[in-house]
Amino acid sequence: MILHPPILALVLASLIGCGLIAWASLFAWRLLARWDLASGAESQIALERRTYLVSTVMAFVMAMQIGALVLFVFNADRMAAMFVGAMCAVGTLNASVYGFPALYAKMAMFFAASLWLVADHVDGRGRDYPLTRFKYRLLLAIAPLALVEAGLSLAYFLDLKADTLTSCCGSLFTPNKDGIAAEMASFDAASALGLIAAALLLAGGTGLAAGSGRLPTGVLRVASLAHGAASLFVFGAALIAIVSALSLYVYEHPHHHCPFCILKREYGYVGFALYLPLFAGTALGAGGAMLRTLPLPASLNVALPSIAGGLARASVAAFALFAAVAAAIVWRSGLILIGG
Amino acid sequence: MGAWATRQRYLIDFAALSLWRHGARSLGLWLIYVLVVFVVASVILYGAAIRREANAVLDAAPDVVAQAMRMGRHEMSTGADIEKLRGLRGADRLEGRLWGYLYDTSAAANFTLQVPSGFDPRFRLERGEAIIGEGVARLRKVEAGKMLFLISPARRFLKLKVKQVLPLGSALVSSDLVLVGEADFRAFFDLPAGQYTDIAMRVRNPAEVGKIAEKSLLALPGHRMVTRADMRRTYEAIFSWREGVLVALLSGALLAFAILAFDKAAGLSAGERREIGILKAIGWDTGDVIGMKLWEGAVVSVGAFLAGTVAAYAHVFLFSAPLIEPVIKGWSTLFPRVTLTPTVDALQVATLGFFTVVPYLAAILVPIWRTASADPDRVMR
Repeated sequence: MILHPPILALVLASLIGCGLIAWASLFAWRLLARWDLASGAESQIALERRTYLVSTVMAFVMAMQIGALVLFVFNADRMAAMFVGAMCAVGTLNASVYGFPALYAKMAMFFAASLWLVADHVDGRGRDYPLTRFKYRLLLAIAPLALVEAGLSLAYFLDLKADTLTSCCGSLFTPNKDGIAAEMASFDAASALGLIAAALLLAGGTGLAAGSGRLPTGVLRVASLAHGAASLFVFGAALIAIVSALSLYVYEHPHHHCPFCILKREYGYVGFALYLPLFAGTALGAGGAMLRTLPLPASLNVALPSIAGGLARASVAAFALFAAVAAAIVWRSGLILIGG
Repeated sequence: MGAWATRQRYLIDFAALSLWRHGARSLGLWLIYVLVVFVVASVILYGAAIRREANAVLDAAPDVVAQAMRMGRHEMSTGADIEKLRGLRGADRLEGRLWGYLYDTSAAANFTLQVPSGFDPRFRLERGEAIIGEGVARLRKVEAGKMLFLISPARRFLKLKVKQVLPLGSALVSSDLVLVGEADFRAFFDLPAGQYTDIAMRVRNPAEVGKIAEKSLLALPGHRMVTRADMRRTYEAIFSWREGVLVALLSGALLAFAILAFDKAAGLSAGERREIGILKAIGWDTGDVIGMKLWEGAVVSVGAFLAGTVAAYAHVFLFSAPLIEPVIKGWSTLFPRVTLTPTVDALQVATLGFFTVVPYLAAILVPIWRTASADPDRVMR
């Protein structure tokens, strides 16, 4: 293990988060077995009281997980100087077999955490704990993921050794190799940009429909679900576009496909301006759609549709920001990939 | 969204007022919080700044250094070794370097004696001339134009006229430096002609450094090749490690602080307890009280974080971190006096937040809930 302060901070966050989630899922188990809103028994009141604590604790953990993802990637980029052959975060993540799995687990945790935060926020608006059962079922589903995530992060950091020989992004994101990274890199730039543009238009259209308050409920619901699906589509298409086209425009180099080097200072941290709205837009869109899959409780008759609409609008705004940054990158770049 | 934001605004308002009323009670804890942030921030800022300095210094280092080894120990290289490397395509400015250490008994410090590179006309020296570092000048109380006397372990005497004192800006590497001409150096250390401490070279194309080191090793199997990237990694690892060890040691203090914060948050005064009881009696629910108390925690955290970080910034960049410097930088009699270039980046700030704010918030969650979920009639009675 490398005793590097950001690593210690991430391990600390993982351990705190993992411990709190384990404790909260024990409570969730008990709650799901005994929850009965109609009962006035002492045990039910104690449960109701305790849900406030668990909600607060979980909101704290989830917010911490979201911050940890950003810190994890940022730190991986900085630590590249310590490994032979590493130029950016790819080298650092490749320095151990657990690196990329840990990153994927953190990303999954980010989305799971945002969904939970949305459910918790909506639940807090109803006076009769309307989404409590759903929330705690979701928590029980997230708990194993959190354990896996903490385990992978810990394994990764323990496995890291200075001076490890690793491979740089140039050898991973090359069209003429095997694997997903290579497949993404070999995507033709024009079709990748076309795909993301189509995905953004779809997400924008469905999102605006889902966010407008004037449509009938049934249509809103369909639009919301479609927007959720479109958000996931945007996420995938955006990753392909970043690897196969946008990063090339940033580096002004026709063969450098790395989606991590754009996070570097040399490129003005433009990667953060791309990824943050992309992740936020996807999480918000998926959150809005998740709300619409639930049966509408009476106490949330007004609040839930308004929150779901707000999430859809916020998601569209985030995607618009992503689109603006991407367009600015292509516009300002000196590289001509298409036509010319 | 509007209603939510308005509600939060009122909660913040109330939290700030409540802090104002009970401020004195939590002032002690706040000061300790500031102190904790200050110490951790000093370590993190100083570690990053010194790594940056080391990196800047290495920009001027040769791309590849070849050192002769015998039985795992450093040996002198010979002129024949240099000839074997000559003609290596891509390598440039190949030369044997002469440098060594001298323990100076009068100053009780180690000086580095070096012959400046023949490729650098700024440091051309005649016989009997020397250019010295800031630390040497300070310890021996000499300045440009004065004489400097050195005695070798073999009682050989060297009389040097100081041509120039190197500027402070480069003190991190040049503080203990005495640059002398080749003839003086060989005579002083009794070193025969054709022997060198090691061999340095430049590589025209940075992408070829690894290949050229590999080829040099084939030409000189008894040598070890050190590239500039190796040195950079070593410095990075050493300073990160020292910084990490300090932070890890401080984690005990962080834990103690978290326990203190827990304890402090758990023990409410009767007045505060009554206040929360009244709030709940007039219609606040548990969630509102928790929200208000969390905002209180956030205000305290942001204040302590800012105050601690600013103090640490001043400590490190204005006063050169007297409290932690020896631990991270290393120590010796002849210490370089160096003012660090002020730099703070988001990674450091985020790390600092994870180390200080996260444990604090985690510690106060349970006490806050316990306070907020109490029955109004029980607390007001």
